[in-house]
Amino acid sequence: MAMTLDNAAPVTTVVAPAPRRARLWRGPVLGLLLPLMVAFGWETAVYLGYSTGRLVPPPSRVFATLAELARTGELARHVAATLGRVAAGFGLGVLSGTLLGAVAGYWSLARRLLDPTVQALRAIPSIAWVPLFILWLGIFETSKVALIAIGVFFPVYLGMMGAIRSVDRKIVEVGRAFRLSGPAMIRRILLPAVLPAYVLALRVGLGLGWMFVVAAEFMGASEGLGFLLIDGQQLGKPAQIVAAIVIFSLLGKTTDWLIEIATAPLLRWQDAFGRHDGEI
Amino acid sequence: MLVLDGVDKTYPNGVHALQSFSARINLGEIVAVIGGSGCGKSTLLRAIAGLDRATAGTVALDGESVTAPHPKIGIIFQEARLLPWLSVADNIGFGLDGLPRSERHSRVAVALARVGLADKAKAWPRELSGGQAQRVAIARALVPQPEVILLDEPFSALDAFTRTDLQDHLLDLWADTRPTLILVTHDVEEAVALADRVLVMRPRPGRLFEEIRTDLPRPRDRSSASFEDVKRAVLHSLDLSLQRHRHQDDDLLNAGAGI
Ligand SMILES: Nc1ncnc2c1ncn2[C@@H]1O[C@H](COP(=O)(O)OP(=O)(O)OP(=O)(O)O)[C@@H](O)[C@H]1O
Ligand SMILES: [Mg+2]
Repeated sequence: MAMTLDNAAPVTTVVAPAPRRARLWRGPVLGLLLPLMVAFGWETAVYLGYSTGRLVPPPSRVFATLAELARTGELARHVAATLGRVAAGFGLGVLSGTLLGAVAGYWSLARRLLDPTVQALRAIPSIAWVPLFILWLGIFETSKVALIAIGVFFPVYLGMMGAIRSVDRKIVEVGRAFRLSGPAMIRRILLPAVLPAYVLALRVGLGLGWMFVVAAEFMGASEGLGFLLIDGQQLGKPAQIVAAIVIFSLLGKTTDWLIEIATAPLLRWQDAFGRHDGEI
Repeated sequence: MLVLDGVDKTYPNGVHALQSFSARINLGEIVAVIGGSGCGKSTLLRAIAGLDRATAGTVALDGESVTAPHPKIGIIFQEARLLPWLSVADNIGFGLDGLPRSERHSRVAVALARVGLADKAKAWPRELSGGQAQRVAIARALVPQPEVILLDEPFSALDAFTRTDLQDHLLDLWADTRPTLILVTHDVEEAVALADRVLVMRPRPGRLFEEIRTDLPRPRDRSSASFEDVKRAVLHSLDLSLQRHRHQDDDLLNAGAGI
């Protein structure tokens, strides 16, 4: 959720036409102003003794907890565990979602065969699978990865299928007029046409992956950021909970940003539109 | 030479769009096809392009039958249909995939200069005006140096000034290699300004109604009396093609009323 809040931040930078340079620094700074003020205000309130900060720890205590976790190597261990699960689940979900989505988008027979089932499965709240997964796959890694993969699968499948189905037939006809072979048609027309929607689906899928890793780690884990959350609750350590949340939001934002950076060169042909949109 | 022999097209939904259309078109000729809406002009062009199969009859280029898109036949659509993810230069070079890189580059550079867009080589299609985009589409169809270029109302989406400008431009480019041009249009002046022959079609089912030779010297003066004469002849024929159709309808109605 922190991700969506972060994403919304640049929108608050809407300002009257200003010189380009001013706009560049004013954007992030304006967006950071509110959270920084709240953090500073709370810190001061606890420092001056208006509150003990026992249930809502001040930033300094959260940082101290983070530093301690980092020093003992605990932080790295938990982050590695969670990242590993997300990576595996995301990889599986993307792979299956891409393949099935492409098949269902390309062949209408496959779509009529496959899509009703997938849509029916999609209607099931994914967390409802948890007991079954634990029965089938045990309580350890496999069932966790499976749950994350399920969460990632649906948006990727839907995004891929929808993208292929909505490729402009007039553009495909240009490919035909230039006598492109099947593989060339896929490489030179279909792939580039599908890419923007596909990248968007990947980013939605990744967001769900981060959401589901928390659910997965709630169902019993001895390490991982979700474990830190549960552990913090059971032992009454709110600073540890907030610290885990901060790390989650940082990781979520960073991985999303990595997808954006990695695909930006391929989407340059349309990105000026998005940039323009944000500036108005 | 392009030979159309009894080209006939009935769509799967039963519409008889084109009936036994025959014509012989010489290399380097410019032929305009004109006629009311829905009389099968696009159907004819798509059959020549090999994009849609004719239900009967044959299209042959230099004695070779055309049933699928042919390397010597290029097509320009009503919309520019540029690939939005390729730069202007890469769009123009789209059909030159088999050529070595340097050859491709030089041909694209020449074409860019030829359509007056040398400064737009690296631009994205969405950064072009409608007229500029259509010029890129023309360049893209021309660079593989096809023998025949089909144009389906290529300028109809443009304003009058840009349209005249592009018509002149097209003639300029045509003069370089003198391919055969087959131009579908609704614009009588465009047909007379460009074509050696104007084929007037009549609807339901679409077929050839009359063939009018323009026989005007190039470059053509659109305000000259002889230009006006040819224009009037085409307009008249166009009128007849629609009227005779209307009479036929009336006959049918009368016949129906008599029963
Ligand atoms: N794909 C199709 N399926 C079924 N019928 C079609 C199809 N394309 C065209 N038709 C029908 O065939 C007839 C001729 O259509 P065509 O597009 O060739 O006309 P046109 O002369 O190009 O008209 P316009 O000047 O409006 O572009 C029309 O009656 C049309 O409804
Ligand atoms: Mg048409």
